[in-house]
Amino acid sequence: MATTASVALKGRKTPGVLPGFGLTLGYTMVYLSLLVLIPLSAVFIRSLSGGWGHFWEVVTAPRVLASLRLSFGASLIAALINVLFGLIVSWVLVRYTFPFKRFIDAMVDLPFALPTAVAGIALTALYAPNGWLGAWLKPLGINVAFTPVGIVVALTFIGLPFVVRTLQPVLEELDKEVEQAAASLGASPLQAFCRVIFPALWPALLTGFALAFARAIGEYGSVIFIAGNMPMKSEIAPLLIVSKLEQYDYAGATAIAVVMLVLSFALMFGINALQNWASSRHGER
Amino acid sequence: MGRLLLIVTALLFLAVFLLLPLLAVFAQALAKGFGAYYLAISAPMAWAAVRLTLLVAAIAVPLNLVFGVAAAWAIAKFNFRGKSALITLIDLPFAVSPVIAGMIFILVFGTHGWFGGYLRAHHIRVVFAVPGIVLATIFVTFPFIARELIPVMQTQGKDDEETALSLGATGWQTFWRVTLPNIRWGLLYGVLLCNARAMGEFGAVSVVSGHIRGVTNTMPLHVEILYNEYNYTAAFAVASLLALLALLTLAGKSILEWRQPELRHAARVPRDRTRRANT
Repeated sequence: MATTASVALKGRKTPGVLPGFGLTLGYTMVYLSLLVLIPLSAVFIRSLSGGWGHFWEVVTAPRVLASLRLSFGASLIAALINVLFGLIVSWVLVRYTFPFKRFIDAMVDLPFALPTAVAGIALTALYAPNGWLGAWLKPLGINVAFTPVGIVVALTFIGLPFVVRTLQPVLEELDKEVEQAAASLGASPLQAFCRVIFPALWPALLTGFALAFARAIGEYGSVIFIAGNMPMKSEIAPLLIVSKLEQYDYAGATAIAVVMLVLSFALMFGINALQNWASSRHGER
Repeated sequence: MGRLLLIVTALLFLAVFLLLPLLAVFAQALAKGFGAYYLAISAPMAWAAVRLTLLVAAIAVPLNLVFGVAAAWAIAKFNFRGKSALITLIDLPFAVSPVIAGMIFILVFGTHGWFGGYLRAHHIRVVFAVPGIVLATIFVTFPFIARELIPVMQTQGKDDEETALSLGATGWQTFWRVTLPNIRWGLLYGVLLCNARAMGEFGAVSVVSGHIRGVTNTMPLHVEILYNEYNYTAAFAVASLLALLALLTLAGKSILEWRQPELRHAARVPRDRTRRANT
């Protein structure tokens, strides 16, 4: 058996043919199916175990709708904040030099590396009424911790690196000479930005926005500590899934999960299509 | 003037959103002095959590490493139909909420799940036990190593391997002596990121763990329990260990990026690079 296999391998050892295609692709498919695809299919199958009527009833319950609205709304606001400040941060990191720049650049990835539960309790400690920032904000009448504002703060933290890391390579490739040409032709810095820089940046901005938004929708660990978790007010959709699971309401938990998964997958395919389109446009130039 | 304003705005934003939370962890952990800090991190339950976190990462990371190498080999060295669909499927766990990632294993292995009856009959516990925590961790860290390696292997092509084979090396010899040395930095980079997420995962693990103290409590879950008991010093003390891990990860990442600058943007925009390498 071994000899026939090695003979077969030797026979295929013509230039251009590497071994291992069947083995690696087969292993990839089996591992992917067992650990991701089959378990994930369980959500879709279980969500319909109570029938379409039940599914619809769960998904349109006021408490569920409120949590979905909060999750998507807070994620949208956080992603928009990240687009604005992410653009400024990446611009400053690419174009200017200042002390500790390398250190600051490395720190941008902190939200990727810091466990979400740690981020959650740290942000809560900061924004609680007696915290470093909360004590300043309280006299101004601003409550962050245990309100939807706190959720936006946590989701902004989580999404920050996505926008910066998507914009940085595009800004690095952007030619400074084009702006200088625009300036020498009499364009103001604002005009140069709107007419020259923004058109080159917007696919990356949109991608960064979508990545930060998608990550924020499903986020759990950093939010639950700071949110207050009041039903109808500050209860995010992932938390509602957890509380339904704790009550063994699998049909309810899976129904919410299906809504979130369908929207997240749609976002992911949108991001992929956008990147393919942007890189093909890039290639044409 | 405009430049100064932009730099100040960027630094203020990063200081408020990144630096302050990090400092808050250490400040709260040491709020009652080093003695209380030492007591908190040397508690037996804290050590049980550290051990479990290390164990889970020691199983999940190598499994995803083998998968990442296999997937990158198939995708980077060969052309086949459905390749871009496969890359999308590998990325799928990134689009799944951690809570849902934990829930799917309850649906499959829980008491009322697909294999619940069989597992109970054979006295095998998966959910609310260590195997469930490992499965959930593998799921959330699934794409990390593969998506680092695919662009690295694609830019290297297959000329080196073909040369080795034409000189008479076997497939395995080619892999160990040619491919592996070529991809070692990318591999290490992927392992670093995968490990950070594996040790820090909270949502997915929280759903499948059952929160049994000293048995199914990982470090992030232990932080939550202590915090909910208003034992803030201990919660932040354990959290400070995780924050140190995050800082070490960032330091390692920076060193690797300094050695191999092309690793830098591979992680966030893999499709872009994949396409450019193909064309």
